[in-house]
Amino acid sequence: MNLELSSSERSFQHEVRNFIAERLPSDIAEKVKAGKELSKCDFLRWQAILNEKGWLAATWPKEYGGTDWTPVERHIFAEGCALNGAPRIPAFGLNMLGPVLIKFGTEQQKREMLPRILDGRDWWCQGYSEPGAGSDLASLKTRAVRDGNDYIVNGQKAWTTLGQHANKIFCLVRTSTEGKPQEGISFVLIYLNTPGVEMRPIRLIDGSCEVNEVFFTDVRVPVGNLVGEENQGWTIAKYLLTHERTNIAGIGFSIRDLRRYHKLADQIVRDGRKLADNPVYAARAAELDAELEALRVTNLRMLINTRDGAAGITESSLLKLKGTQIRQALQDLYRSALGPHAAPIAHDLSEDELSVPAEAARAAPIYFNHRKLSIFGGSNEIQRNIVAKALFGN
Amino acid sequence: MDFNYSEHHQILASSLRRYLADTYSIDDRGQLAYRAPYHSREIWAGLAKMGILGAFVGEQQGGFGGTAQDVLVIFEELGRALCAEPVLANLLCLRLLAVFPSSDLLEAVIAGETRMALAVCEPQVSCDLTCIETTARQVGRSWFLNGRKSAIYGAPGADHLLVVARADQGLGLFLLESPQIIEAAMIDGGGIAELVMDDLAVKLIAADCAREIEDALDIGRVALCAEAVGAMTRLIDLTVDYLKQREQFGRALASFQALQHRVVDMMVELEQCRSITIAAVASYGTSEQSRLVAMAKNLVGRMATKIAEESIQLHGGIGMTWEYPGSHYAKRLVMIDHQLGDQNDHLLRLIKLNKGGAQATAV
Repeated sequence: MNLELSSSERSFQHEVRNFIAERLPSDIAEKVKAGKELSKCDFLRWQAILNEKGWLAATWPKEYGGTDWTPVERHIFAEGCALNGAPRIPAFGLNMLGPVLIKFGTEQQKREMLPRILDGRDWWCQGYSEPGAGSDLASLKTRAVRDGNDYIVNGQKAWTTLGQHANKIFCLVRTSTEGKPQEGISFVLIYLNTPGVEMRPIRLIDGSCEVNEVFFTDVRVPVGNLVGEENQGWTIAKYLLTHERTNIAGIGFSIRDLRRYHKLADQIVRDGRKLADNPVYAARAAELDAELEALRVTNLRMLINTRDGAAGITESSLLKLKGTQIRQALQDLYRSALGPHAAPIAHDLSEDELSVPAEAARAAPIYFNHRKLSIFGGSNEIQRNIVAKALFGN
Repeated sequence: MDFNYSEHHQILASSLRRYLADTYSIDDRGQLAYRAPYHSREIWAGLAKMGILGAFVGEQQGGFGGTAQDVLVIFEELGRALCAEPVLANLLCLRLLAVFPSSDLLEAVIAGETRMALAVCEPQVSCDLTCIETTARQVGRSWFLNGRKSAIYGAPGADHLLVVARADQGLGLFLLESPQIIEAAMIDGGGIAELVMDDLAVKLIAADCAREIEDALDIGRVALCAEAVGAMTRLIDLTVDYLKQREQFGRALASFQALQHRVVDMMVELEQCRSITIAAVASYGTSEQSRLVAMAKNLVGRMATKIAEESIQLHGGIGMTWEYPGSHYAKRLVMIDHQLGDQNDHLLRLIKLNKGGAQATAV
């Protein structure tokens, strides 16, 4: 047993830190650190910088322009990015569709689509959930009916994250109503400029608009945009959900958030003493610190033990559960540290009009936004079901 | 980075597991652990013969190991088997005797011929060595102790005690041969004792050794965490098996989602406890030792208690019975939190360390 990074992993860690320090634009880092919404341009600028370095597609094989990184190297990179205010690269093209095309796509699909993901020409979004199909994804109703060389798609998708920036969407659609509900689903690629597609933003609890609804009315999709076999989309969907697990626990974000908390607790004076000297807050932070340290090791243990990428369903559910619990607890701590000053909606006032540090101004909206963590990607209850299935075998 | 046990440790773990399975069934434990001297001379001799005690000491001091990983591997198995033999007491003494080799005691303890226990707690001190009140007085070349020691785990049946007391030079360590102690059985099995000292004659082992004592206690805390991980693993297995068998409302309890989710939460915390224990093991002997051992003892204390309580609840009435093995695991898990500083003691330690400028979280 040995928890040390190898010398090559350590030098990679230095390389990552130096690269981010030199190349991450400071205006983007500042926005990320303050929890502000990023523009499409911000994402694309950082993506282009990573692409130039060859570090964009962490999970792809080298022959398609990926990195071939080991799980530990991916962890080091993700942690370095999160700690230094790099924007999270939207996963839809790079970590979800990319691996799916590499495994299930035709040669033509790979040749056409993969380079466009890398250079940012395509921004993909995900059409999985529907108003009536959230955690119970197999009950989805959006239909694709074959008509010559096209499918005709009708239905509605929901919770399409960052869809407002996207030009393409990968969708699960129903192509058959026979047999088990999982058996009649196909995986298709739809261009959002096709007639009959409409996207509407959904305003969220924190006031942001990061998710959307997508409506399909008689949308014609060429059969060539089917990925894999007709009615075998469920296999692809499952592959996609279990493929990208590197950063599911969000360790880097939690470490950053705990540091932000300590900084804030040192600045804030409440009822006659620094918050850092308040034993109740010191205890909450120390307990979370211990849980986070444990999670760092749990994450590494599980990543290393799932090196082949195939065995990690239970493990990734465990990581999602604990990782999101800790991230939510940290946001709760941060918000509560502000006391009554957490209430104003920060963008109603300019930051220098507020009586809290500028960095803390968005604590409450971010706390509310983070409630999503235990809902999306398969709610935490669904994750418990997955682990329970492994434990109880039913 | 590698989380696997070495081949040597795998062999150590599997042979210890086999030995305990053969000689220390839960029924045997029931006979041994609650009656003076609360453990078995035969099993003690067997453990010593396997090299378990020698594994706590480095080769230069006459042992066969001495790393924190040796301690981890052994205590995880002791926890799994719910072994109430006083291994922890002898681990603590061996670590101190190895630093201060004064007599042939070390060899005798490794061989299983002499058993020892460490008297450190006092009625008003559970964890913080700076609060020790027992005093040591020197007259010529003789030493005398005054004060009271409590919660001396593993003292019943011990041949000698090591006693921690305050001398002019600092915190010292003293040898008390054939002690007169007040014994009691523990709720979770094994024995405990109190010691009243009224100008009690002792031998000096070391006069100023607070650091060495703290290091020994830290390795003991690592051992308790590893024991808890082993015991939690087994208790969750028992709980899963029970839920699969027991039927209510015409179906197995295991089919109720409300119960499944509680077991999954126990699993998650078990993995977290395993991780923080590994982190504490890796930190032992480095500048991070205090912080990570405190984190481990805090987190394991909280979660061992939670898992014990949940397992009793999930078993229903059966979980409340003396006859059911799970209830003894639950008791041990709760009492582990009480040994060598509980979750709150270590939370305070962690807060103090954070104030001392330690990094919030290492990267």
